[in-house]
Amino acid sequence: MIRDITIGQYYPADSPLHRLDSRVKIVLTLLYIISLFVINSFIGYAVVIGCLAIIIKMSKVPFKFMVKGLKALVLIIVFTAIINVLTVKGDTPLCKIWLFTVTLEGVFYAVKMCLRIILLIIGSSLLTLTTTPIKLTDGIESLLKPFQKIGVPAHDIAMMMTIALRFIPTLLDETDKIIKAQQARGADFDTGNLLSKAKALVPILVPLFISAFRRADELAMAMEARCYNGGDNRTRMNVMEVSKADYMAVAVFVVYFAALIAIRILI
Amino acid sequence: MKMVEAKNVSYEYTKVVEVKGENTERKLMALDDINIDIEKGEFIAVLGHNGSGKSTFAKHLNALITPSEGTIWVDGMDTKNDELVWKIRQNTGMVFQNPDNQLVATVVEEDIAFGPENLGVEPAEIRRRVDESLKMVGMDGYQKDTPSKLSGGQKQRIAIAVILAMKPQCIVLDEPTAMLDPVGRHDVMETVHRLNRENGITIILITHYMDEAATADRVYVIDDGKLVMQGVPKQIFSQVEKMKSYGLDVPQVTETAYELRKMGIDIPEDILTVEEMVGAVCQLKSTI
Repeated sequence: MIRDITIGQYYPADSPLHRLDSRVKIVLTLLYIISLFVINSFIGYAVVIGCLAIIIKMSKVPFKFMVKGLKALVLIIVFTAIINVLTVKGDTPLCKIWLFTVTLEGVFYAVKMCLRIILLIIGSSLLTLTTTPIKLTDGIESLLKPFQKIGVPAHDIAMMMTIALRFIPTLLDETDKIIKAQQARGADFDTGNLLSKAKALVPILVPLFISAFRRADELAMAMEARCYNGGDNRTRMNVMEVSKADYMAVAVFVVYFAALIAIRILI
Repeated sequence: MKMVEAKNVSYEYTKVVEVKGENTERKLMALDDINIDIEKGEFIAVLGHNGSGKSTFAKHLNALITPSEGTIWVDGMDTKNDELVWKIRQNTGMVFQNPDNQLVATVVEEDIAFGPENLGVEPAEIRRRVDESLKMVGMDGYQKDTPSKLSGGQKQRIAIAVILAMKPQCIVLDEPTAMLDPVGRHDVMETVHRLNRENGITIILITHYMDEAATADRVYVIDDGKLVMQGVPKQIFSQVEKMKSYGLDVPQVTETAYELRKMGIDIPEDILTVEEMVGAVCQLKSTI
């Protein structure tokens, strides 16, 4: 169950999306997230969903991978939906629940908000699914380089992110193991009120932290043994180059964004 | 030429221990006056039970820690010299016990590239080295794989390839097979032997598997921070009782030979492999 979180997981495949320059992908993903806040009509959503479907098809990443990522966030989506349905005020009331009036506008708004979250998660998980963490952080490092002059430690940030991403699956496996080990010792995680449930987490978190620190220590040693000496004088095996495909991707995105703005203004 | 020369090396560390409710610092010797000479191209095994100081010794070879007393020269370079640290680390690669905790990247080739990248090697050359070192460990074709999806033995071979990409003369392996299944152990040991034989890379294998140590050129035994035995495997393992006093075993066939001798059967005491045992037993049979 705990392994279902796919954020930060790379799916190896050979697709046009995998080959795009990571910097282009990062910037486009950020703009894509912004574009989700530009749209406000269902036509706009239809366009985004359509485009996303085509891109997912192109990426060769099985759709179920992204759905798995959503499962972990179902609670947030449901919570958003309920809050919106109950609190958004409108002119066409549907029914009354306790103190709240449910309106047609509220329902529409809730659907839009949920769609927005779902699209946001799927869209951004597409970035990590098609980009290896090292390329991703290379991209971030390269994008942050200009800010190095004002004291942003671009390389250090990138390295920390690489390692964090690298250890997500390892630590998830570990958590699973610890949960099972504690259950085998009779630990109960499912009953009781919220407070006792929170208390039940302690026997998971303590060993997890200890093991995470031990791993960090060993990794630091392994990195040092491999001559890691910070970002200075490092070279890269894969030199980042913006290719024709990247310009194409940017062009396509510009059209997409323009279309969304047009829809927003016209409708 | 000497690959490693250790002269009167001691390593002391302080540990806080609780005595009668009070914390007191106690000085402990992880290594105590160690003298070791390792020639280039040798295959060395270092034996010792848990906490004997053998891992501490391994870390000295890579300048990860420096001796509190005495000196270690790696390929003629003093590990205490800060300017030489990076050269020493390039020269002497290190493979650790847990394959999961020494791989930095999530794709095999990027992980192997990490070392040469740190050294500032040209991109095209890095690419060449990645392919070459994967071939050397028999993992060609796994360039784009995710390490977490590989088996333990494969991961450990990747960890060796990672070191090879830095073009070392010597590889130190700190219990590389402790977390592996028998198949993985076999693959890793075979790879290490081949690198030693075909590429002339000096191998220093820290282990507590006697069968692995039996295949080395020379064996060192460390107990409680002190170097207590050294010699070729046959010399070391024929001293069954002495080995046991250090909490170590001998290979199964050697122990069988020892028991047989105790029962008054005339059989050589330095048997290390099953083949030798078969030979000895057959000879014995023909004399009866």
